[in-house]
Amino acid sequence: MADIVLETRNITRDYVSGGGLFTPQRVVHALKGIDLTLERGKTLAVVGESGCGKSTLARIITMIDAPTSGELIIDGEKVDIAHHGVSKELRRKVQIVFQNPYGSLNPRQKIGDVLAEPLLLNTAMPAAERRDRAMQMLLKVGLQPEHFNRYPHMFSGGQRQRIAIARALMLNPSFLVLDEPVSALDLSVQAQILNLLKDLQDEFNLTYVFISHDLSVVRYIADEVMVMYYGEVVERGSRDEVFANPQHPYTKTLFAATPRADVDHIKARLARKASVEA
Amino acid sequence: MPLLEIRNLTVAFDTSAGLFKAVEGIDLSIEPREVLAIVGESGSGKSVAMLAVMGLLPNTATVTADVMRFEGKDLLSMSPSQRRHIIGKDIAMIFQEPIASLNPCFTVGFQLTETLAEHTELNARERHERALELLRLVGIPDPELRMGSYPHQMSGGQCQRVMIAIAISCNPKLLIADEPTTALDVTIQKQILDLLMRLQAEHGMGLIMITHDMGVVAETADRVVVQYKGRKMEEADVLSLFESPQSAYTKALLSSLPENATGARLSTVAEYMAEVERQEAEAARIAGEVL
Repeated sequence: MADIVLETRNITRDYVSGGGLFTPQRVVHALKGIDLTLERGKTLAVVGESGCGKSTLARIITMIDAPTSGELIIDGEKVDIAHHGVSKELRRKVQIVFQNPYGSLNPRQKIGDVLAEPLLLNTAMPAAERRDRAMQMLLKVGLQPEHFNRYPHMFSGGQRQRIAIARALMLNPSFLVLDEPVSALDLSVQAQILNLLKDLQDEFNLTYVFISHDLSVVRYIADEVMVMYYGEVVERGSRDEVFANPQHPYTKTLFAATPRADVDHIKARLARKASVEA
Repeated sequence: MPLLEIRNLTVAFDTSAGLFKAVEGIDLSIEPREVLAIVGESGSGKSVAMLAVMGLLPNTATVTADVMRFEGKDLLSMSPSQRRHIIGKDIAMIFQEPIASLNPCFTVGFQLTETLAEHTELNARERHERALELLRLVGIPDPELRMGSYPHQMSGGQCQRVMIAIAISCNPKLLIADEPTTALDVTIQKQILDLLMRLQAEHGMGLIMITHDMGVVAETADRVVVQYKGRKMEEADVLSLFESPQSAYTKALLSSLPENATGARLSTVAEYMAEVERQEAEAARIAGEVL
């Protein structure tokens, strides 16, 4: 049987706003019943535009927010943070890397301390061992030993994203939620980070939930693709199925809107332009 | 005559660590009705070069150039007030962060008519009419209502449309778009690019697209300039750039696109440049042995 790391059953999340003495409440249905299953060692890409609920989904599966209804199952264990809270063991299993590496690192904390902090909070490991583990991880993500005692402002965006990934991996999580991890990075740096993610996945058999709006990145990294639109999953399937033969109109719109950098496409555009001018 | 002609532009910043050259000896020219894309990573000096043309750099920057002419008029020697007659009217610019580049304290209508009051002879009623017409032109639904809206009441895509409306309000001859769609979703990006291309064709503007997205370049440009670390690496028409890139850097950039991935790994610019240097050293060594 396949080793299922993450499963959600009919997850919904409503946000309620307003509602005074005389004004009715306004309810936003951010998620309208999401079902997903994710096998160990695979990458699930969640695609959609801003406001479609992909970050809400990320907050629910990382146990930051509780779902309004539905079930969340991590490593075969049912999780209900609204009523029972979250144990340290569960926190260890799920980690997240955020989009903006400039905002997600504490500017007053040295990199070594950034990496050792998850161990300090969640384990009873002695200080020397924590330092060793942090150093190992630092080297693993392609940084140098001399970076250990530096502060975040001394690093470039790509290096900071490496640090954020290293921090997320410190506790050997079951799966990693990557919330637009390369959107804020330059093209050349983006390629390095994507390579790093693939290498780490091969080495540690990691599982990723990869949230993105960039289809070319998704095509490169994903095994499975899930397209969301206004809180609903409109299409899901293996990467090759979805890219070769998109079914839902929204997926088709998304593909059509993605700029393409191939020679045939440019030729077609230039021909169109020439015919308009003639 | 080229619309904008720049020769040997250098921009240096006075920093505590000494002089830092953000742009070094860039040559650039754009013809009327042409779409020129300037591509590069952050720190390649692509925005700084255009801000120098607009005269928007802080006074820690030193701008020098052999030639900087707009329609034959020398931008460097003219007085600030003469320059202000051109900037905003004949040369307009739109920026990356649409919500941040509109003033949050004033309505959209006010900000639109402000430019018209500065650069045209229209009276208040005509300005209002023109502003409505512009909002319609950039595809904002219900323009009457939107005139009284503040930037925070609108989405990013709509704010960018308003920015474009302000930029084209005086029928500029040259529009400089600095990463106009980077902060937007793909579907909105498509709409904004289509809008820019339509306006460019209808009004016969020159358009300079500053971007780091090769996809956007492929969709819009006639000619492309590739910049790296303040220097120009390559200049070519769009088709030859993608078909047969000449400089090593352009090749590296194109091969790091995820859609061009061959095999399991993406090649990165750093690896590629290191490989190029290694090959060059190897060639030099062999040449030395032959001698």
